[in-house]
Amino acid sequence: MQPIIKVRALSKRYRLGKRERYGNLRESIAGAVRATLRKLHSRNGEHATAHEPEVWALRNVDLDVQPGEVLGIIGGNGAGKSTLLKVLSRIVYPTSGRVELNGRVASSLEVGTGFHPELTGRENIFLNGAILGMRRGEIAARFDEIVDFSGVEKFLDTPVKRYSSGMHTRLAFAVAAHLQPEILLVDEVLAVGDWQFQKKCLRKMQEVSRGGRTVLFVSHNMEAVLRLCTRGILMVSGEIAEYGPVSKVAARYLEEHIASPSRVVDLTQQSRPNDTVGRARLVSLSPAGSKRGWAFPFGQDLAFEIQIETRQLFDNIELGVTLGSARGFKVASWTSTYAGIKLPLEPGLNIIEVTYEHFVILPGQYYLDISLRSDRGMEDYVYEEIRLEVLINKASAEANADSFSGVFIPTVKAASKLAISPCVQNNSAVRNLD
Amino acid sequence: MPVCCHGIFYTNAVTSSSGSLVNSTNLITKVYFPRLLGPTAAVGAALVDLAIASVMLLVIMPIFGVGFHPSLLMFIPLAAMTALIASAVGIWTSALNVKYRDIRYALPFAIQLMMFLTPVIYPVNFLPARWRWVLSLNPLSGTIGGFRSAIFGRPFNWRELAVSAAMTLAMLGAATCIFRKMEKEFADVI
Repeated sequence: MQPIIKVRALSKRYRLGKRERYGNLRESIAGAVRATLRKLHSRNGEHATAHEPEVWALRNVDLDVQPGEVLGIIGGNGAGKSTLLKVLSRIVYPTSGRVELNGRVASSLEVGTGFHPELTGRENIFLNGAILGMRRGEIAARFDEIVDFSGVEKFLDTPVKRYSSGMHTRLAFAVAAHLQPEILLVDEVLAVGDWQFQKKCLRKMQEVSRGGRTVLFVSHNMEAVLRLCTRGILMVSGEIAEYGPVSKVAARYLEEHIASPSRVVDLTQQSRPNDTVGRARLVSLSPAGSKRGWAFPFGQDLAFEIQIETRQLFDNIELGVTLGSARGFKVASWTSTYAGIKLPLEPGLNIIEVTYEHFVILPGQYYLDISLRSDRGMEDYVYEEIRLEVLINKASAEANADSFSGVFIPTVKAASKLAISPCVQNNSAVRNLD
Repeated sequence: MPVCCHGIFYTNAVTSSSGSLVNSTNLITKVYFPRLLGPTAAVGAALVDLAIASVMLLVIMPIFGVGFHPSLLMFIPLAAMTALIASAVGIWTSALNVKYRDIRYALPFAIQLMMFLTPVIYPVNFLPARWRWVLSLNPLSGTIGGFRSAIFGRPFNWRELAVSAAMTLAMLGAATCIFRKMEKEFADVI
C-alpha cells in the first residue's frame, strides 16, 4: 500500500547561541563592516568565525506511515518529537531531507492557538476552525457537536478572555477533535483538562482513528499511547531508536528511561528533590536472595537491601516503599510504621533488609520509590530510580495472571452459599426440561 | 484631502502589514498557513478603512464645491494599485521584521521619507522637468497624481501611471521572491 506519509533522510539543525537571537539590522550592518575590515586587515583570508554550537533536532529520520495507522511518538524531552510534527505540518522547514504527504493535514500542536481573547466562544470556534483548515460550512455542520463535546454552551457568547483555563482548553480540543483531515497530528493535548475530560478526549481520538484516518500522536502519557496507538516510534536525540508495535516501543522507552542495569544501584549520584532534611541518606540498593539480580519470580520472596548513611543516631526511621507499574501507576505501598516495625539507625552505614514474602505482584516491570522519614520530616527519597522485573512462571500462568493487574491480595476471604435453590423456584421449568 | 486619505491608507497598510508576522508569533510557530496571507491580509484590513474614508470623501466633495464626474471611477483601480504597492512594501518589510527587529523603528521614518519623494505636499512642477522622471520611479507618485486627477476631473498622465504600474508589479514580484526565500526560517527565528 502507498504510504500516506513518507519521510526520507529528514534532518533539522538548530544553531545555538547568538544567531538564534533576534537580529538587529543595525548590528548586522556593523558586523558586516567589521568583518570586511578584519578580512582586509588579516589578509590571509583566515576564517575568523568561531564554530557555532549546533543541535540536530532531527537526524536522518526515515519513516513510512500507512493510511489508517495510529502512530505514537514517544521519547524524552528534547528528543525531537515536536520538531518532527512541526516539520510534517510544514511549520518548520527541514535542513535537509524530504517529506511527502498524501492527504490534507491538520495539526493541533498546542491547544488553543488561534483563539482571539476578545471574541466570544462561538466566534472563536469558527476562527479556530478556519485556522486549522476547516471550511465554514464544515464548521457550521459540526457546530453543535463541538459545543456539546466542549461542554461550554452556557458561555458561548462570553469572550474567551473570561474563560477559565480549563474551559479554554476544552473548547480548543473540541474544535481540533472535530477536524476531518486525512492526517491528524496531535501534540500533548491530553496534558490538560480534568480526568473526566481526558477520558473523553481519549475516546474521541479512538473514534477518529477508527474512522480510518491517520493519526500521529505525541504524548508522555504512556497509558494513552498504549491504548490509542497501534504502532510507535521511539525517538532518542533526533533519531528513531525503535519502530514497531507500540507495546514493544513503549517497553523499550521505559526500560531505557528508568534503567538500572547493574545489580547494585548507586543512589548517591541520583538527583534529589531539595525539600528533604537530609540527615540520613540513601546510598545504594541491591537485590537479595535472587539469582537474577532485580528479576524476581512471581509469588516468591522479593527482597532487597537498602544502605543508609547517617552521622547521627535515629531511634526510629520510617521506611516507605512504593511499587509503581511500568505504566506509571503506583500499585502497592508499604511503610515500616504501618507494619509496626521499629528501625533505629546508628551513625555510619546501616543496612536495612526488606523482604516481601511470597509476594504476588503480577508479572511485569515495576519501579521502586524509597523514602526515609523521621520526626523532622522527609529525610531522603528516590523516585522511580530502581527498576525490577517480576517474572512470569508456572504459578503466574496457573493463576491466569496476565488478565489481571496490580497485586493479588491474599487476605481477602470469599465463600459461597446457596441463597435460593433453583429447583424450588423453577420447579416447572426443570421438569419440562426433563 | 484626497491625497491625505490616500496617504493615510498607504501608511496604515504598510505599518500594520510589516508588523503582521511578528505580531502573530504564536500562530506562526503552531499552525501552518500560507505565510504571505499575513502581510496581505493586513493590507486588506486597511482597504476597509479606505472604503469608509472614501464614502466620507464623497459626502464632503459637494460641500467644497467639487462636482461628481465619471473619472471618479478611476478611484477604484487606483486604490487597488496603492494596495498592491503597500502589499509589496509590507511583504518585504514583514519578512525583514522577523529577522531584524529594529525595522519596526526605522519604518515610520522610511515611510515618511518615501512620502517626501512623492509629490504629496508639493506639486510635481516643483522639480525641474529634466528630473521629473525620477519621481515616476516611485509608484506612489503615479497613484497620487492619479488620485488628484480622478477627484478634480483633470486629464490623467497615462505615461506616468503606466510606469508606476510596471514598478508596482516589479516591486511585488521582488518582494514575493524575497519573502519566499525568507519564510523557511520564520518559525525558527521569530
